[in-house]
Amino acid sequence: MANRIANYDGVAVAVPVTVPYERFSIRGAHWFIARALKALVDGAGISKDEIDGLCVGSFTLAPDSAVGLTQHLGLSPRWLDHVPMGGASGIVSLRRAARAVQAGDAEIVACIAGDTNHVDSFRLSTATFSMFAQDAVYPYGAGGPNTSFAFLTAYYMRTYGAKPEDFGKLCVAQRSNALQFPHALFKKPLTLDEYLNARPVADPLRLFDCVMPCAGAEAFLVMSEDRARRLGLPHARLRGAIERHNAFPDDPVQHRGGWAMDRDRLYESAGIGPEDIDLLEAYDDYPVICVLQIEDLGFCGKGEGPDFIRRNTFEANGSFPFNTSGGQLSVGQAGAAGGTLGIVEALRQVTGQPLGARVENARHALVSGFGMINFDRGLCTGAAILAAT
Amino acid sequence: MSETIKRPKRKNPILKTRAPTLPPDRRSRIALGLVRGAAMGKLELQCCAACGAVQYPPREACVRCLSAELEWTVMSGRGELVSETTLHHSQELFFRERMPWRLGLVRLAEGVSLVVHLDARCGPAPSPVIVEAVLDRAGQAALVAKPDDGNTALADEPKLRNFTSDPRFRKVLVTDAKSPVGQAVVKAVLEAGADLVWAGHCEPWKNPPGWPAIAQLPKVTLVPLDVTDTKSVNELAAELGFKVDIVINTSEHHRTFGIFGRAGVETARAEMETNCFGLLRLAQAFGPVMQSRGADGETSAVAWVNLLSIYALSNFPQHATYSASMAAALSVAQALRAEMRVAGIRVVNIFPGPIDDEWNQLLLPPKLAPSAVARAIVGALEGSVEDVYPGDIAQDWLARFRDNPKALERELGR
Repeated sequence: MANRIANYDGVAVAVPVTVPYERFSIRGAHWFIARALKALVDGAGISKDEIDGLCVGSFTLAPDSAVGLTQHLGLSPRWLDHVPMGGASGIVSLRRAARAVQAGDAEIVACIAGDTNHVDSFRLSTATFSMFAQDAVYPYGAGGPNTSFAFLTAYYMRTYGAKPEDFGKLCVAQRSNALQFPHALFKKPLTLDEYLNARPVADPLRLFDCVMPCAGAEAFLVMSEDRARRLGLPHARLRGAIERHNAFPDDPVQHRGGWAMDRDRLYESAGIGPEDIDLLEAYDDYPVICVLQIEDLGFCGKGEGPDFIRRNTFEANGSFPFNTSGGQLSVGQAGAAGGTLGIVEALRQVTGQPLGARVENARHALVSGFGMINFDRGLCTGAAILAAT
Repeated sequence: MSETIKRPKRKNPILKTRAPTLPPDRRSRIALGLVRGAAMGKLELQCCAACGAVQYPPREACVRCLSAELEWTVMSGRGELVSETTLHHSQELFFRERMPWRLGLVRLAEGVSLVVHLDARCGPAPSPVIVEAVLDRAGQAALVAKPDDGNTALADEPKLRNFTSDPRFRKVLVTDAKSPVGQAVVKAVLEAGADLVWAGHCEPWKNPPGWPAIAQLPKVTLVPLDVTDTKSVNELAAELGFKVDIVINTSEHHRTFGIFGRAGVETARAEMETNCFGLLRLAQAFGPVMQSRGADGETSAVAWVNLLSIYALSNFPQHATYSASMAAALSVAQALRAEMRVAGIRVVNIFPGPIDDEWNQLLLPPKLAPSAVARAIVGALEGSVEDVYPGDIAQDWLARFRDNPKALERELGR
């Protein structure tokens, strides 16, 4: 085992920001990121010159990266990062920003993930998503991520006995949460019958198993707790964070993620266990990956996900509060912002400022990210624990 | 021939002919390594020369030991279907027009995972499958998994038929049907289920053995065609070009001797006139209208076959000018392949060794029977390849050529 990893003492996460989502937008990613930055500085009551660290996640910023954004938005940060990890970019940004603040490389880091979505954006981005996707997946039916998650879902169902109703229960509960969340693009209730009778997309996936791409942004600030207190900002403590890439490469089909390798370290650094977690914000572009996270983050054993779903309720006031703003499946997937949506929602819950459904006495939130289907599986996993002060 | 593919309905003449679409064809250069084997129907994946690891998708280094010595190596194809899906939605027109589309995730015996087009005859996962490399309609290599029970022609599965140039129900032009190979090709494509063969012939005074029988076959229509005469080619194209689904160019002019064996360039010119310019004339006359019919239903225009020669790869000095004309024809065929590709029409080149005919009399065996050449052509149409080297001589020369083209040059010059 490597040297003991330093914990994240003294790091505060504050100012949860959501730039309202749009199904399609004629604007560029820069617009959504700029709106997020404006909301961050307004929310913190600081000038943008006080932001001396910037960490960006975005798929649609090309030909720019975070570098171009500094001039575009008039920032002169002394710490800059661009995290091209899709659904894991939020967690990874948080980890890196926290270390920068602890080390004194930056005092206030703006972590922003945002994307636009033009009518043809999604096709173009999936066609060349990665070298392996371009070479060895997209030419096979051009189904985009639906294809990969269909393989994962079919395999999981066959191996562990999950039923469509199990995935449906998660989707229905998330929709119920979303109905209270003002920024959710889905405004209508979803019944299990509607879920089960929706049109097939990529067997066994049906329409409501598949996340809907949209435009939008999510953001938060990372600073020292001391600074947050001086600014009078409600904030959460970062109690632990993990990331892992290309875990278990020899599994014939992905049925577990990097969380399974690193969760003990996560809970150890936080000094708590899964039983102490009050809400889980999991990455949810497809429900099967929610089940993998519930298992791999230790809420039940491998293969026990279906039973766990049957035994629990997932509304914000349920036995296992889960994706309490509705998650991407009911809010929308604003590109890389999908990996930050859960952090922002967790931050709102543990600081007692939810926009929608409230989790009572939320002290510890676990947020999890999953990103980048490179060939046959998602490569990036991450998770973080946010705690109330 | 199996009965699994039903005769398509007659085309409704009121409906617009669909424009051809292609599957996604963008690949990294390293991934194009797959097409080298696929062009000949072989499944080749990268294998590390240093540690023996097999890997997929193609990479720039060995995933296990980071060596850069990666060799494209023939795989067993045996594997297990570990997961599957049927797509009902696609982001690309080509697949949208063909939904639903079955895909599989296969674990190959060599220990790598592959995303494949999945044969409808495969059982549900987990089940044993055989993976083959094929060419898709964009001309790119693609992987297909078929049931592990031996007898499963691609063309018998309605979706996988998209990867073939199945002659069933199609109309075929054989440019020179009178030669021994031409006659054999006419018979073979009819046996393979072609609806109709236009049998091109010139020099009407010639009546070689077998020809009267060919001329009387029920689905054969004799058409005058002299590929050395632009007017003749254009007239035929104007008459029936819009109905031709497959062109099989069997026209050739073949004389022996090396450079010093004949004075002047007349023989060489005659060979070029048929073998190279004949192809060019045919391409210009028939190519564009075939392109427009690349998606014309189940019996769209689909393939163009050139009977070349293994001498096209490296000059055989005893047949010097013939070799030169075939090298020129190969070059034209490559250009034609590029131009036909946008319509999803496959250009297939056949590189036989010496055929057992009058101009190869003095060559020692083994020589190819005309019927073997015809079988190779039909096999290419029913399968999914673009380069065919039929017979032992062609295989031997190809192996020598790939191993060391300079050595072959000297071997042929002896």
